Amino acid sequence: MAAESAKEFEALEAQAATLLDTFRNAGYEQVAPAILQPADVFLDRIGEQIRSRTYVFTDLAGDELCLRPDLTVPVSRLYLERHPEARAEARYCYNGPAFRFQPQGDNRARPREFRQAGIECFGDLDKESADVEIVLLAVEAVRRAGLKDFELRFGDIAMFYALLDALALPERWRLKLMHYFWRPASFHALLSRLALGERPNGDAPVIAFAGALAGATQDRAEDRVAAYLEEQGLPLAGNRTLGEIAARVLDQAADSSAGPLRKEVAAVIDSYLAISGVPKTAAARVAALAKDAGIDLSPALASAARRFERLERSGIDLARATFATEFGRDLEYYSGLVFQIESPGLKDAIAGGGRYDGLLADLGAPREVPAIGSAIHTERLLAAVRGTS
Amino acid sequence: MAAKLLIGIPSKGRLKDAAADLFARAGLSLRNKGHERRYRGGISGLDDVEVVYASAAEIVDQLRTGHVHLGVTGEDLVRETIGDVDGAVAFLKPLGFGHADVVVAVPDCWIDVVRMADLEDVAAQFAGVHGRRLRVATKYMNLTRRFFASHGVAGYRIVESAGATEATPAAGTAELIVDITTTGTTLRANHLKVLEDGLILRSQAHLFASRAAAWDRGAEKTRAAIVERLSRPSSSS
Repeated sequence: MAAESAKEFEALEAQAATLLDTFRNAGYEQVAPAILQPADVFLDRIGEQIRSRTYVFTDLAGDELCLRPDLTVPVSRLYLERHPEARAEARYCYNGPAFRFQPQGDNRARPREFRQAGIECFGDLDKESADVEIVLLAVEAVRRAGLKDFELRFGDIAMFYALLDALALPERWRLKLMHYFWRPASFHALLSRLALGERPNGDAPVIAFAGALAGATQDRAEDRVAAYLEEQGLPLAGNRTLGEIAARVLDQAADSSAGPLRKEVAAVIDSYLAISGVPKTAAARVAALAKDAGIDLSPALASAARRFERLERSGIDLARATFATEFGRDLEYYSGLVFQIESPGLKDAIAGGGRYDGLLADLGAPREVPAIGSAIHTERLLAAVRGTS
Repeated sequence: MAAKLLIGIPSKGRLKDAAADLFARAGLSLRNKGHERRYRGGISGLDDVEVVYASAAEIVDQLRTGHVHLGVTGEDLVRETIGDVDGAVAFLKPLGFGHADVVVAVPDCWIDVVRMADLEDVAAQFAGVHGRRLRVATKYMNLTRRFFASHGVAGYRIVESAGATEATPAAGTAELIVDITTTGTTLRANHLKVLEDGLILRSQAHLFASRAAAWDRGAEKTRAAIVERLSRPSSSS
């Protein structure tokens, strides 16, 4: 916080000491990644919505840098610096500042400069155990910091992907729905569009042209598109290749000749994304939905059930938790379990976290690295502790 | 004595000439004065007005801070630069010059892309093939963000472009652009096409009033007089 008093500073320092102590005792090595980060990495991974809230600048050498808006990416980069082969298992913890522009102005609930304390676990192949470990450790940390009254919210990105896999959709629609999952505002519109069979390009001339390509191979499509561009006098310019353009023309050809997405299938997806409740009840509703739809989600459901069971056995009160199928749709690198710790009096979550198995490969790792972490918004935690104690 | 009403007028280019013409036709000739003649001036017949010559972008800033009471500048710059437009300025009068459309344009070889809705699909495909997001070159960062968000397009990043934005796709430094166009000639020459629903703003020069400026009764009267003179049917129209 920019306008903090010495007393506020001491309170945050004392709280951070407790959090870090908890993390280190659990075997997490303390690290301090750079505050200044290359902007590209963040901007290409996190997208324009966070970019618009990231402090980005060009330094005197012309390099584009940013003040880290979050610590997960910097800690992941640090892991890759230490383990370029990305085979090692590693557990890190941290406490340090992060920076985000606040469109409504800098204020107490949403400061533009705040401290995140967190944990990241890389390379543990037993994903369920790592999931449980991270949730329990985050909970233990906020408890030791003095938080008594809180609720947990869970989501599961992998379960949504399992649903799409099980629905036997054409590949182009499956990829589209996976991608639009991260755009809640337009996801439903896309679903309706597919179900109505409305062609996204309407009556553009290219639709007639695409119609002739239904069922064609990629090679033939590329030839035809190249010939079309030539004939129309449109030079192929820029970074998008002929292959990419032809592939989408093929998709459009397939859409214009195939029937629309079956209404029942669209309804299953909509119903799934509306499920929210106490974990056991919500999971039972997902199971019932799958049974009605005649699809098999049992591996994803069994995995979720085992995780919840282990959390419960470790003392997590699941009666006060929520499992929401659509939760976690705002940070694109999540890939599995997502969760947050909420305080009844606070609008914003005190801590959040999740599994992000794809991120390290995106950052340059030579292979996929199982990874999960959690970060605590320490100013909010302090406010919540003071409010409840 | 009451303070003077300050009015910001573009100091160069077509906007300056068009503004001078318009005011002259309304019987309000702009004149330079004294040793500060490049930056300050007056309006014949309105003694309590001082003209502040500045760039169109500076005028937006002076309107926002209340440094000038009135200003002539482009709607595109006002909407791009000011977060809370309605809280900061009032649109007094469209002036009929400085027309420019702010549009989303893509290479015309993208025959699979016609509407904004296509862009998110292309963004997903592009990220899969190239491992990065689509880049949008523009000087209108805020207009672009708002417009793309309202169309559910998120898989992009903005690269700031100060000039020759229309050349960036062919040069490979961006995949598409958001820029102003008047006739479309420059876009066509660069093999770019505007998306069907890619019109972000139909902009022209306006007379704006600053809400942050110190408005006393004298200034309000002068403002009413200026608006009234500009609204009279002129002999040339």
